[in-house]
Amino acid sequence: MPGSPHITAQHTSVRSVMLKVLAALIPGILVHAWFFGPGIWVSLLVCTVFAYVFETLALAMRNLPLKPFLTDGSVLVTAWLLALSLPTLAPWWLYAVGMLFAVLVAKHLYGGLGQNLFNPAMVGYAALIVSFPAYMTQWPAPMDLAGHTPDLLESIDLVFAGQGAVSPDAYTAATPLDTLRTLVRAGGDAAAVMQEPVFGHLGARGQEMVALMYLLGGLLLLTHRVISWHIPVAFLGAVALTATGLHLLDASRHAGPLFHLVAGGTMLGAFFILTDPVSASATPRGKLIYAGLAGFLTVIIRAFGGYPDGVAFAVLLMNMAVPFIDAHTQPRVFGQAGKDRERP
Amino acid sequence: MATGVVARRLYRFPGGVHPEGHKSVSTATPIAEMPLLPRYVVPLRQHIGEPASPVVQPGDRVLRGQLIGRPEGYVSVGVHAPTSGRVLAVEMRPVPHPSGLMDLCVVIEADGEDRAVEPTPLDWHRMDASALRNRLREMGLAGLGGAVFPSFIKLNPGAKRQIPILILNGAECEPWITCDDMLMRERASEILMGAQVMRHMLCAEEVLVGIEDNKPEALACMAEAAAGSDVEVVAVPTVYPGGGGKQLTYTLTGRVTPSKGLTTDVGVQVFNVGTAYSLYRAVHLGEPLVSRVVTVTGHVGSPRSLEVRLGSPIAEVIGAAGGALPGATGEVIGGPMMGFDLHDASAPVTKAVNCILVKNAEHFPPKPPPLPCIRCGECARACPAELQPYELYWYARHRDFGKTQSYSLFDCIECGCCSYVCPSHIPLVDFYRFAKSEIWAREREKQAADLARERHEFRSYRLAREKQEKAERLAKKASERLESGAVANDDPEAARKKAILAAAIERAKQARAAVQPKNVDDLPADKQREIDAIEARRQQHASAAQTSDT
Repeated sequence: MPGSPHITAQHTSVRSVMLKVLAALIPGILVHAWFFGPGIWVSLLVCTVFAYVFETLALAMRNLPLKPFLTDGSVLVTAWLLALSLPTLAPWWLYAVGMLFAVLVAKHLYGGLGQNLFNPAMVGYAALIVSFPAYMTQWPAPMDLAGHTPDLLESIDLVFAGQGAVSPDAYTAATPLDTLRTLVRAGGDAAAVMQEPVFGHLGARGQEMVALMYLLGGLLLLTHRVISWHIPVAFLGAVALTATGLHLLDASRHAGPLFHLVAGGTMLGAFFILTDPVSASATPRGKLIYAGLAGFLTVIIRAFGGYPDGVAFAVLLMNMAVPFIDAHTQPRVFGQAGKDRERP
Repeated sequence: MATGVVARRLYRFPGGVHPEGHKSVSTATPIAEMPLLPRYVVPLRQHIGEPASPVVQPGDRVLRGQLIGRPEGYVSVGVHAPTSGRVLAVEMRPVPHPSGLMDLCVVIEADGEDRAVEPTPLDWHRMDASALRNRLREMGLAGLGGAVFPSFIKLNPGAKRQIPILILNGAECEPWITCDDMLMRERASEILMGAQVMRHMLCAEEVLVGIEDNKPEALACMAEAAAGSDVEVVAVPTVYPGGGGKQLTYTLTGRVTPSKGLTTDVGVQVFNVGTAYSLYRAVHLGEPLVSRVVTVTGHVGSPRSLEVRLGSPIAEVIGAAGGALPGATGEVIGGPMMGFDLHDASAPVTKAVNCILVKNAEHFPPKPPPLPCIRCGECARACPAELQPYELYWYARHRDFGKTQSYSLFDCIECGCCSYVCPSHIPLVDFYRFAKSEIWAREREKQAADLARERHEFRSYRLAREKQEKAERLAKKASERLESGAVANDDPEAARKKAILAAAIERAKQARAAVQPKNVDDLPADKQREIDAIEARRQQHASAAQTSDT
């Protein structure tokens, strides 16, 4: 017979945590659809379907009960985060391969819910960008800059039937991160390059508004105590600091902090990806170190690495360091003197 | 806030949770005295430490307040008859304990007259401190907050230890329980008179009364009773487990009790208000501890607090509060956060029982099946000891008990906050209890193994020594013989070997002789006769066979 306590807090469950995370993503998704067209709905749906297919398969193979694990919502969060990290309007099998790595490799090969060392969505993203870099750079252009924005039916057609008659050039464009990288490496001046319309007001047309919505959603998670302030503050702070440092060193090659904060996956990473509790550091000091280093690495990879965005690799690198960080940042126990604390 | 409640700088202890209080359910009616019962079952172990040893026998007549169990050893207190009557038995009976095990109890049949022994009020001002403590030990005083630690030990300020601050704990942070609340509302001045005695015994300079701010009536009554004295009645925030000794000490004084220490290490002693009240009765009225206030609440007809004689069967106490309503799903002894499930409602109320909580499906729904830990850290934020419960869970689950200890398992007070907030509904505290008991068991095993090893090593050493001594003796004998020329050719080594051989043969002979067919030992007389008859027949047959052969 289980012992005390005999009561539990109301409305706390893994599912409710996951549903709150999903709800906080919705403003960003809506704004994404507003700026980039309805393609996002297709990629979200395809990722969701494959997520449940692979999750069911893995649970069945592992002889685990389907109902509690299919309804905990965790795989849905993975699916949405991966969909939001990938270009919309990519072929369906790209999403399928991404979800396969996320769910089967990153999650279930490591032991399923709560056991994964790496963030599943980021493993899926990394597998895809290493394997299919060409597809990963074809992002839809913001609607007002694109020659043509596919509507919902066209989007479905593009995802399932391939590129067909429409040339991808008609509706895709390089992302601001990509554009900056390419042009600066070609000898352009960062400040001049960033006058182009794709950079918008803050650094990325359309994407900047999506990023602000992620920020809004993240603040909702903070006020609902789903996440703590440590990770977003340390991550965004480190991104801003590192970007400022590089910008001051060489303004002609490196964009300023504002650009790095709104471009690419910074905001999604700060509030939704780095904060995945399973793969993140869990001690207060550990969170600051983990997210701070991830922010530093993100900007360094963007500035000097081989890939345009650095969030995914920064997250995966820091995931590896989490057990070490946690073991060495154990908080002091109530009533224990600081130096008496035994090292675990 | 009520007038007279002292505003004081308060400190917020880490963690804690805010479960729903359900206090008003049982505070509508004043404390009522339980009617006299026909029979009482008084356990001899009602306190932490050694159980009292019975000093009555079946058939003895006892009076209310008469000592029936003498304190045994240092950490022990007396046990007294709750009413006058006749001792029916001294036997093992179910007691309220999480294990559901039985314990030695004195069963008393009440004679209905409820005659008391002559009360002996104590002249506490003039009494020798040690004599006063001894009297309280005999009178059975133990902490009534639930831990039931013998009060006389806590009232010893020690040779050097300074205890400038006495805290009366009226926080009552567990949901549902209201016995302290009601006691403070109705018997505030008696509580403070008890506190005066405590202060005197501890030589304390300051007396603080900590009461959670969800009890405005109790705060007002205590403040009124304390008016004109320097006792400070302080409202503390309602946070579970704010009534923990270390937590209340920190809230009121900012003093942090060391991890493996007691509040007295920082100059604070904490007593439950109920204990102060029972001390008042012991000292001023000369009555030993034979009753306490118990909250009977939850799914019962009329939830309330009752003054209950120790030894009253719990089923009777529930009956006195209107009885369990249809749909009741069991009883919890104590509060919902730290209490335990009652195995047998015939078990009696003891000094430790502050609340009988009858569960129903509405307030105590079955727990959802646990999911894996997602390391969300809610437990760490809720932990008042600032532990990392998810790490402790991980290591306890994988039986890595060394790691659980380096993550300070033994700083866990089992308050239940972590399990309460866990979104995966993992029974975390059960894992810590498991790890603790495993570690204790291993500790005992290790001690036993160490002892056995020492014994074995000593035995080996002794055998080797004896062998050597024997060899030396034989060698000496042989050389003596050699010298005397009796056995010229015998060398000492051969003699030694021969002696060992002879001894071994002798031992083997003895062993053979000693072996008896075990299954015919201690047979009943009729079986033995049967066997004898068979043996006799066998003999006959054998001799008949012999004769026919020849």
